[in-house]
Formats: sequence, C-alpha cells, structure tokens
Amino acid sequence: MKILVPVKRVVDYNVKIRVKPDGSGVDLANVKMSMNPFDEIAVEEAIRLKEKGVATEIVVVSIGPAQAAETLRTALAMGADRGLLVKVEGAVEPLAVAKILKGVVEAEKPGLVILGKQAIDDDCAQTGQMLAALTGYAQGTFASKIAVEGETLAVTREVDGGLQSVVLTLPAIVTTDLRLNEPRYASLPNIMKAKKKPIAESVAADWGVDPAPRLEVLTTREPPVRKAGVKVASVADLVSKLKNEAGVI
Amino acid sequence: MTILLIAEHDGTVLKDATAKALSAALRIGGDVEVLVAGHGVAAIAAQAAHLAGVSKVLVADAAHLAHGLAEPLAALIVSLAAGRSAIVAPATASAKNVLPRVAALLDVMQISEISAVVGPDTFERPIYAGNAVQVVRSKDPIKVVTVRTAAFPAAPQGGAAAIENVAATADPALSRFVGEELSVSDRPELTSAKAIISGGRALQSRENFTTYIEPVADKLGAAIGASRAAVDAGYAPNDWQVGQTGKVVAPELYLAVGISGAIQHLAGMKDSKVIVAINKDEEAPIFQVADYGLVADLFVALPELAAKLGEAGK
Ligand SMILES: Cc1cc2nc3c(=O)[nH]c(=O)nc-3n(C[C@H](O)[C@H](O)[C@H](O)COP(=O)(O)OP(=O)(O)OC[C@H]3O[C@@H](n4cnc5c(N)ncnc54)[C@H](O)[C@@H]3O)c2cc1C
Ligand SMILES: Nc1ncnc2c1ncn2[C@@H]1O[C@H](COP(=O)(O)O)[C@@H](O)[C@H]1O
Repeated sequence: MKILVPVKRVVDYNVKIRVKPDGSGVDLANVKMSMNPFDEIAVEEAIRLKEKGVATEIVVVSIGPAQAAETLRTALAMGADRGLLVKVEGAVEPLAVAKILKGVVEAEKPGLVILGKQAIDDDCAQTGQMLAALTGYAQGTFASKIAVEGETLAVTREVDGGLQSVVLTLPAIVTTDLRLNEPRYASLPNIMKAKKKPIAESVAADWGVDPAPRLEVLTTREPPVRKAGVKVASVADLVSKLKNEAGVI
Repeated sequence: MTILLIAEHDGTVLKDATAKALSAALRIGGDVEVLVAGHGVAAIAAQAAHLAGVSKVLVADAAHLAHGLAEPLAALIVSLAAGRSAIVAPATASAKNVLPRVAALLDVMQISEISAVVGPDTFERPIYAGNAVQVVRSKDPIKVVTVRTAAFPAAPQGGAAAIENVAATADPALSRFVGEELSVSDRPELTSAKAIISGGRALQSRENFTTYIEPVADKLGAAIGASRAAVDAGYAPNDWQVGQTGKVVAPELYLAVGISGAIQHLAGMKDSKVIVAINKDEEAPIFQVADYGLVADLFVALPELAAKLGEAGK
C-alpha cells in the first residue's frame, strides 16, 4: 500500500511571532521555519507502517513556496521515499490545498493519506476533512492510534469526552493527534541519503486548481495583552485576595 | 435567508456549546434553525426548542446518525444547505470533524473558531495559537463557521420553537462506529466550568492529580485540566488538555499548577477572567499572564490551599 503524507512548511512552534504594526499580517522575515509538528507525526506513522511491512512506498507532498522543498527533504530524511512540490506563492487556504491534493490522490492512488490535524500557523484544522469530502473517502480525524486490518483501518480518535473507535473502509483519510507517536530525528546518514531522493515539481495550474483565496483578510492584529499581576506571599494571602479582591471564590 | 446551527449533544443532553454558538449565529443575523441529528433525540430537540432566539428545530433521527460519524452527518447537513446564508456549529471535536467536510462539499472555505462576529460576512479569528487575530471577510455564498465557545455567552432559555422532522439522508457506509471510552465524572465540563484547576508535568503522576489537585477542585467546584506534558506522560486523560490543540477555556478562575506557560498552553486559557499560577520557578512564563502568582512547591501549597478554602467556607 502506498501512503501519501501532505506536509506544510510553517513557522517553527518555538517562535513567538510578531504582528506587523500596519496590520498587514505576521512578520515572517528571517523567522525559523519547520515542518508542521502534526505532519512530522504523520510522516512518522507512515514510516512505522512501512517498517511493519504494511506500507510499500511513502510519498510526501507540500504545497507552498520553493523553500517548501526543505520541508520535503526533512520528511525524506526521516524515511519517506519521494517528494512532490506544488509551487504556490502566498498563502494557500485549506480548500485549495484539498483540491490540489485530490488531484495528487487521483494520480498516485494511495491506500491511505495521513495529514496533520491542524497547521499551527492558520490553526484551521480543515484540510484532511476537505480532502475526504472531495475524494469521497472515509475520514478518521484526531487519530491517536491506527491499525490496518485487511481492507479496513481501525482508528482511535481523540474526542471531547475521551476516545472513540471507528473502522474505516480503505482508501481513507487520517489526521494525526499529538498522541499518535513521537516522531524520530533524522540521522546524519539518512540526511545525506535524502539529498538523492527525487522531488518532482509542479504548479497549482497543473492540477487544474485556482489557489486564489476565498477569504479576504482585512486586518491582522495583536491580541489584547494580559498584564502580569502580583505575586502573593502565601497561600493565605492568595485565598484572601481571591475572596476579597477578585471575588471569584 | 436562514442560518442552520448544528446542535452539539451526547445522545442524551443538549450541550451548553450549542447555546454559545447560538449567540454567535444570532449576531450574524437572520432566522436560526437548529439541526438535532442523532438516534432517539426527541428530548434533545425539546431542549433546543427552549433556547431563546431559535426559530425552528429540525430533527433527523436515524440509527446511522447515532454517533455523529462525519460521512453521514455531512451528507445530511449538505442536504439541508440550500438557501441558507450560513451553517454554524460550536468548535467542538465533533463539529470540527464534520464541518470542513460540509464546506468542501459545498465548495466554500470554512471560517474556523471565530472569536467575534463583525458583520454577516466578516469575522474575527485567532491564528498562531492566539498570538495574532485576523479579521476575515468571506466571499462565499454560504458561510460555514465554527465558533470558539469560550468567546460567546450562552443564549438564555425562554424560546418555544416549533419542532419539525427532516428526512435522514442515506448512510454512505464508509465508516463504522466501534466503541468509545468516555470519562465519567461528577465535575463540571472543562468548557462550561466557572473554575478550573489544571496540573502540569510537575504533578509527576496520575495519583498526584488525585491526591493534590482533586481536593482543591472539590472545594472550588472546579473542572480539572492539564498541560500537554501531563497528558503525554499519562498523568491525565487526553480530554483534559487545555491549549492550542486541546480545549480552549475562559472560566472566571483558572488555576495553573506546575505548568510553565508555553504559548501553546496559554492559547487555551489566557482569556480566563482571573488567572492564578503556582510554580516553584519564579521566572516561569506563566507568571506573565497570572493575576496572582504564588512561588511555591505545589506539594506544599496545594494541601494548604485545600485546607484554607475549607476554612473560607468553600
Ligand atoms: C504542535 C504542538 C501543540 C501543542 N499543544 C499544546 C496544548 O494544547 N496544550 C499544552 O499545554 N501544551 C501544548 N504543547 C506543548 C507545550 O509546548 C509545552 O511543552 C507544554 O505545555 C509544557 O507542559 P508543562 O508546563 O506541564 O511542562 P513543563 O514545561 O515541563 O513545566 C513544568 C513546570 O512545573 C514547575 N514545577 C516543577 N516542579 C514543581 C513543584 N514541585 N511545584 C511547583 N512547580 C513545579 C516548573 O518550574 C515548570 O515551570 C504543544 C506543543 C506543540 C509542538
Ligand atoms: N500547504 C500545504 N501543503 C501540504 N500540506 C498541507 C498544506 N496545508 C495543509 N496541509 C495539511 O493539512 C493539515 C491541516 O492543515 P490546516 O487545515 O491548514 O490546519 C496539515 O497538518 C497538513 O498535513
């Protein structure tokens, strides 16, 4: 079975972003970029399925600027087999990403697509479900455990009250939650090997998709800042302040 | 033009999240019809009809809708979409699962987790773990919107809407429900609690959550939350996680204990009214957002706090 893993290049999760003072967006100049953490989990899961002999090939795909090739290289160094870079300048929305991915799915015919549950820049949490809609496949979102069982996939999902287990008909779409696995680091020899793995380039138009956004961003601003309050000297002091000053107990 | 609001329920009761998303829907403007989809959900439909501002309740009752599986539920919602100005749902795990599927089937972009309604087509939403807020305008004919419930008050009771049955669409039979493990607790739910006490990695074990966090939660009538580190380590169940990728909460009182205050955690709680932090590291970033900070060892401070709250009559 072939597995397709879409990976997004995003601002590293450790970076505290800055909003541009003129409200035109977030300042991304000279900011460290990395693979979306949930996508690392998706790549790791695909590699584990390959190590178990369930998967035969892992194709990674990224939609974004030329530098998204670096994100693909990271995935190849972890253990994916080949990459697809669909070049698009500027922000691409989940709907457009899902449409391009639908084309990729039709061309590659994977048995399983594993995406992150959420990109930590736009915090949309949409693309996997949208791809499932467009392909007509079953979806297992927020997965904390998956297992291929013949023609089906058993998925444990993280839901509001706990966990839910479902069985999906394959091919299917899965999105990863944090507890699915702990992604590996690429070893130096594998980073070297990844340099020789192929990355095929295309543009959105090759997939018949117009990536123009549907949502117009009017402004981007700082959230209201919360000021640090006071340090209390003791538990007694805390209880008295909560009771008499804040009035919350 | 009407708005379709997707009710959040657990098969037995209508969740508070529905009333909060209703507030957002009413601000968008227009008649709001609530869809209650499930199996044996007549009582839930009656609860939805009592919410003030609901113009009609639509009930789709079928065995294959019992567990909110995305494929049949999305097909049902799409069948009810024609002529609507918006489809709205609270940003719960179940709506986040189904609504993007609906949006793609309608060929529209979803607007995720809105925190304010600026106009019928214009919304505010947090991005980058809440470190920036975007104002976006949708050019799509139908707005598909999920609502950050912590940002909206619950609509009050007082309605008496008509209840109407609608036909359930066929089951695409792509997925099958196997089972669930839901935490049972007498405590309030995280997303509707007035007070929350959350524990971090510093708690060191599940037993310590019981020994140190629970007594304080009991005294405060609080829900219990956790950081990702505590959940990953197995000290707390996954549905307790507060943060960018967990639950977003805004209680009257949020008590963060042994939590450093990573931006991903702050994303889930920084809109709480009063924040208290207990941490033994006075440099911990959590103190930058805390109204009241106590630099102390939690294993000493929490038993004392439970005792003092007892004395304070709480
Ligand atoms: C993609 C992604 C998503 C994430 N989503 C979330 C999320 O939704 N929610 C979330 O919480 N995190 C999330 N994280 C993780 C986040 O970055 C932090 O790693 C996590 O919040 C740290 O948890 P913690 O504060 O419990 O642990 P630590 O950072 O280890 O902090 C422990 C704190 O306890 C204090 N301490 C230790 N012993 C004691 C004691 N005896 N008494 C008092 N204080 C003590 C220490 O001083 C320290 O400040 C996410 C990370 C990523 C990459
Ligand atoms: N531009 C992109 N290129 C590749 N994959 C993407 C892209 N955008 C989103 N994805 C995938 O979709 C997931 C969810 O993203 P989002 O819906 O934007 O929160 C990500 O974790 C990726 O797996």
